[in-house]
Amino acid sequence: MRQFQFYPSLNPYAGPWDYSAVRHLLKRTLYGATRNDITQFLAQGFSASIDQLIDETRPLPAPPVKEYNSSAAANPDTAIALGQTWVNDPNTDGTIASFRRSSFKKWWIGTMIGQEKNIREKMTLFWHNHFSTESNEVGNAQYVYKHHNLLRTNALGNIKALTKSVTLDPAMLVYLNGQNNNKTAPDENYSREIQELFVIGKGPGAGFTEGDVIAAAKVLTGWRNNATTITSFFDPNRHDTSNKQFSSFYNNKIITGRAGATAGDLELNDLLDMLFSTQEAALFLCRKLYIWFVYYEITPEVEAEIIVPLAQLMRANNFEVKPVLKALLSSEHFFDAMNRGCQIKSPVDMLIGMIREFEVAFPPAIQFQNNYGHWNLLVGYLNNLQQNIADPPDVSGWKAYYQDPSYYEYWINTDTLPKRIQYLDNLVLTGYTFGGFKMIVDGPAYIRKFSAPGDPNKLIDDITQHILGLPISVSHKAQLKKDILLAGQSEDYYWTTAWDTFVQTPSNMANTTFVNNAIKNLIRYLVDLPEYQLS
Amino acid sequence: MKRRNFLRGYLPAGMMVPSFVNGMGFKVFETGHSFLQNMLLPPGDNDRVFVIIQLNGGNDGLNTIIPLDQFPKYVNARKNIYIDETKALKLNGINHTALHPAMKGMQELFNEGKLHIVQSVGYPQPNFSHFRATDIWMSASDSRQVLSTGWVGRYLDETYPGFPTGYPNSTMPDPLAIQIGSVTSLTLQGGAQPMGMSISNPGAFYNFVNNQADPAPNSYAGKELTFIREMTRQTQQFGDVIRNANAKVTAQSTYPTGNPLADQLKIVARLIKGGLKTKIYMVSYGGFDTHANQAVSGDTATGSHARLLGNVSGAIKAFQDDLKYLGVEDRVLGMTFSEFGRRILSNASLGTDHGAAAPLFVFGSKVQPGISGTNPIIPSNATVGDNIPYQYDFRSVYASILSNWLCVNSATLNSVMLKNFQDLPLTKTGTCSVVNPVGNPDQLIVAYPNPFHKNVTIQFKTNGGHTLIQVLDGAGRLVKILLDREFDPGTFRVDFNGEHLPAGIYYIRFQNLVLQQVKSVLKV
Repeated sequence: MRQFQFYPSLNPYAGPWDYSAVRHLLKRTLYGATRNDITQFLAQGFSASIDQLIDETRPLPAPPVKEYNSSAAANPDTAIALGQTWVNDPNTDGTIASFRRSSFKKWWIGTMIGQEKNIREKMTLFWHNHFSTESNEVGNAQYVYKHHNLLRTNALGNIKALTKSVTLDPAMLVYLNGQNNNKTAPDENYSREIQELFVIGKGPGAGFTEGDVIAAAKVLTGWRNNATTITSFFDPNRHDTSNKQFSSFYNNKIITGRAGATAGDLELNDLLDMLFSTQEAALFLCRKLYIWFVYYEITPEVEAEIIVPLAQLMRANNFEVKPVLKALLSSEHFFDAMNRGCQIKSPVDMLIGMIREFEVAFPPAIQFQNNYGHWNLLVGYLNNLQQNIADPPDVSGWKAYYQDPSYYEYWINTDTLPKRIQYLDNLVLTGYTFGGFKMIVDGPAYIRKFSAPGDPNKLIDDITQHILGLPISVSHKAQLKKDILLAGQSEDYYWTTAWDTFVQTPSNMANTTFVNNAIKNLIRYLVDLPEYQLS
Repeated sequence: MKRRNFLRGYLPAGMMVPSFVNGMGFKVFETGHSFLQNMLLPPGDNDRVFVIIQLNGGNDGLNTIIPLDQFPKYVNARKNIYIDETKALKLNGINHTALHPAMKGMQELFNEGKLHIVQSVGYPQPNFSHFRATDIWMSASDSRQVLSTGWVGRYLDETYPGFPTGYPNSTMPDPLAIQIGSVTSLTLQGGAQPMGMSISNPGAFYNFVNNQADPAPNSYAGKELTFIREMTRQTQQFGDVIRNANAKVTAQSTYPTGNPLADQLKIVARLIKGGLKTKIYMVSYGGFDTHANQAVSGDTATGSHARLLGNVSGAIKAFQDDLKYLGVEDRVLGMTFSEFGRRILSNASLGTDHGAAAPLFVFGSKVQPGISGTNPIIPSNATVGDNIPYQYDFRSVYASILSNWLCVNSATLNSVMLKNFQDLPLTKTGTCSVVNPVGNPDQLIVAYPNPFHKNVTIQFKTNGGHTLIQVLDGAGRLVKILLDREFDPGTFRVDFNGEHLPAGIYYIRFQNLVLQQVKSVLKV
C-alpha cells in the first residue's frame, strides 16, 4: 500500500535553482555540502552543476602510503620508506598485510574528506556496496587496494566492462572462491552472486535457476591469482571445456566450451553478453542506483516512469553509467519535494558529511601519520555505527540498500542511534585528539562566515537551512533562540551585543566563554535532532 | 502408550480442539493445562524466556551431527573433509549418531539431559540464496511466499496488542525482545514496526537530550523523521531499565574468552537474572558459509568449521552453566538455527556449497532430551546437486516452542504461524503443555518396487488423524503431495506415477501427527 501519491517523471527539472534545490543535489551526490559548495553551484547554474558533478575526467588521488611501523613483522617491508606507497610491493607477511589493510581504510577516509565537488567518491562507495568484498576475508592488502582502485577508476564508466574486471579481479577471486573454482569440482560461490547480486538480482523478473548457477560456475573455472605480480591469470588445465547449457530464462543459451589460453576470456565474454542481454539486468542496476540516490520505495509509478525508461537508456548506451546518472539527477522526479530530505544518512554520510560541512580542520598533509591517525579514529566510529568500510557484513553489502521493508531505517536502531548522537556530540563538544592535534568543530569559525551572525534569528535560519534535512518550525526556532542564544532572555540584542563583544573584545573572557558555549550548545542541539539524520 | 490414547485418557472430551487449517502440518490437541492457563492469566504472563541463536552463513549439518550408521557413504561423499569415526563425540545411549569433535560442551549438555537435536530441519522447495533463505527462516514463510513480518514479531504483536502505544506498563515494563547486536532482524519485525530493541553493550547506554518535536510533514521525509523519533523515544525509555537490570548482577560463572557468541550470551544471562520480563533474546554468530577450507586436509577435526562449532558449543555450555549458577535455569529455553545446511557432496576446495535441510539444537533444563528424527539418507554415489531432504518443517519447531514453551493458545498460534504445523516433543513436564515423545517408530512406510521405472506403490501405516505423504526430488524440492487428509488408524496404499520424472533418487516423506519418516526410492 502506498502512502503518498505523486507523479514521477524523468523530464528535466524546470523548477527554481534555489538554495534548497542545490543543497538537495549536493547532499545526495557528495558527503555533506559546504557553504562554499552551495554558493558556487547556485551561481553557476543547473546544467553546469550537473556536468561538474559527473565529470569523469578528474585525476585520481595518490595511493595510500606506509605510515605504520613494520619492525614487529616477520618479514618487514623495510625497502618502503615511510610516506611512500606500498601498493605495488608484493609483501605477503600477515602482519604487514594487516597494517596495510588498515592503512588503506584510513586513506579511504582521507579521500572522502578531501573529495572534490564530484560524484566519484559516492559512486566508489556505491560500487563497493554493489560488488561487495570484505578486506579481512581477502587478506592480501595489495589485492584490496587494487580492487578498490578498479571501482574508483571505473566509477563513472561502463558497468559491463567493470563487471568483467571485477570477475577477474584478484580480490574477488579470493573473496568468492573463484581461484578455487576448477573443472574437478566447480565452486558456485561467484557464479551465484554474479547473477543474484551483481547483474540480475532477485526482482520479480529474475528467473535464473540453480542449473544456471552450476553452468556459470563451469564457465568461470580456471582463474587463479599470482601474489607476486598482484594479478590474476587463466590456467587452461583447470578449465571445464564442456558446453554449458543455460535455462529458458537465458533463452536456453549454450555457451560453447573452449580449450586453450583464451578459453576463459572468450567464455566469460559470452557469459556477460548473456547476462547483460536480459531485460532484468538494466532494470536491476537502475533500481539499485535509484535506491542509492533517491529513495527506497519503488512504487509501480516509479517503476514505470523512472526505472523502465532509465533501463532503456542504459541499454541504449551499452551500459555506460554516466548518461543514466545524468538523466536521473537532472530529472523533475529527483527534485520532487517528496524526494527531498527522505534519506536516512549512512554512517559515512553522517560523519564525513559533518566534518565537511562544518569544515573541520586537519593537520597539514606533510604530517601524514597524524592525519592517518585521525582518519583511523573515524574508521573505528563508522565500524561501531555498522558501516565498516571495506568490510561490509557480507557479499550483499549493507542491509540499508536491499533489505525490505525498512531499507535505510536499518541504519538506525536503539543501539546505533545513541552512538550516532554520541559521535556527533563529541565532535562538537570535546573533539577527538590524536598526536596532539584535536579534530573538532570550530563553532565560532563556522558561524563567522554567515551573513549576519549577530542576528539570532538569521543565524538560526542560516544554520538550520544549511545542515538539517527538514526545516524546523518557527516556534521551535524561537524556543532555541531563547534557551540558548538569549540565555533565557527575551530581547534579541542580548545576543547581538554578546557576539559583537566576542568579535571586538575576545579578551572579555566571561563573554567569550558564554558565546563559545552558546554556539557549541546550539550546534550540538541541532545535530542531535532527528532532522539532522536526514539528507 | 500412543500419544493419542494418552491424551484421550487424561483430557475431558471437550478439550480436544480439532484444527484443519490449510491442510499442511497439524496440531490437534490443546492440553487442559495451557487452556486453563490461557483463561486465567493475561497473555504472556509466565516468566519463560526464549533465546534464539542465529548461525549466519548456512551451517554444514553433515559435519555437525555425524551419521555413524551410514559412515561409508558419508566418507564417500565427503572424501576430503569427513570426520574420523573415532574422533566423533559419542552420546549416551545413542549408537548411530555422534557430534563433531569440537562440540565437547554440547556432548556434556546432551548427557546431562539438557539438549535436544532435531534432525534434517528444512522446508519444501528449499532456497539456496543466503538472503532469501534467511528471510524464509525469519519470516516463517513458505518458500515462495514473501512476508515482511517476522515470526517472533507476529507472536509479540499478538501477545502485546497495540504495542508500542500503552507500553511500557505494569504487565510489561521492559522491552518485549532484545537483540544483542546492532542490526535489527526480520525475525523481530512486527506488522508496523520492529518489536524488539537492539543493544550491543547494555552498560554503555546513556540518555539523550530532550527533543522538541515539530509535526512531521506528510511526505517520505516525514515518514523517516517519525521513525527516527520513535527510535529516540524507545532508546530513552528502556535505557535505564536495561542498565539497572545489567547492574544488578555482580557475579556470573565463567565464559570462554575470544568467543563472540559467549560474549553475547553472557549479556543475555545478566539481563534475565537482572529481572527483565523480556520474552525473547536473539543473538547471532557468523562465518558458517564454508565454501572453502572448512576442514584442514589430513586433520579434518580442525579448521574453520571446527573453530565455529567449538565456539557455539563452548558458548552454549557456559551459558547453560551460568543460568544454573544464577538460579534461572528452568526459565530459559534456547534454539540454534541457520538459513540452510550444505550440500551432501563436498567440493574440491575442502568446503561445501549451499544445501538444504540441516539439524538444529534446542537446549535448556526443560527440554525433552534426545534426538527427533533419523540420520539423513546419504546416497551411495552422491552427485553435486544432491541435497538432504527435510524431515521436520522448521515452522513445526517454532510452533511447538510457541505453544508448549511460551504457552501461546491455538487461535493465536494460527495467527502467528499462518498455518498449523506438526507439534514436536521438544519440552518436558512443567512446561505449559507436553507432547509425548515417540521412540524410534516401526517402519511406517514401504515403497515398492524399488528401484522403479514407472509406478511405485507406497504402503503406509497411520495411527489415524492427519496424514501427509510428499515426494521430494534429490535436490530436496517438492515434486508432489500424494495425500494430505484425515485417516482412521490402519495400513493403506497409494500409487505414485513417476514415469515423467528424470532418473535419480527421490524421497517419500510421510508425516502422521508427531511422527514422520523419509524413505529413498530410485527411479531408473
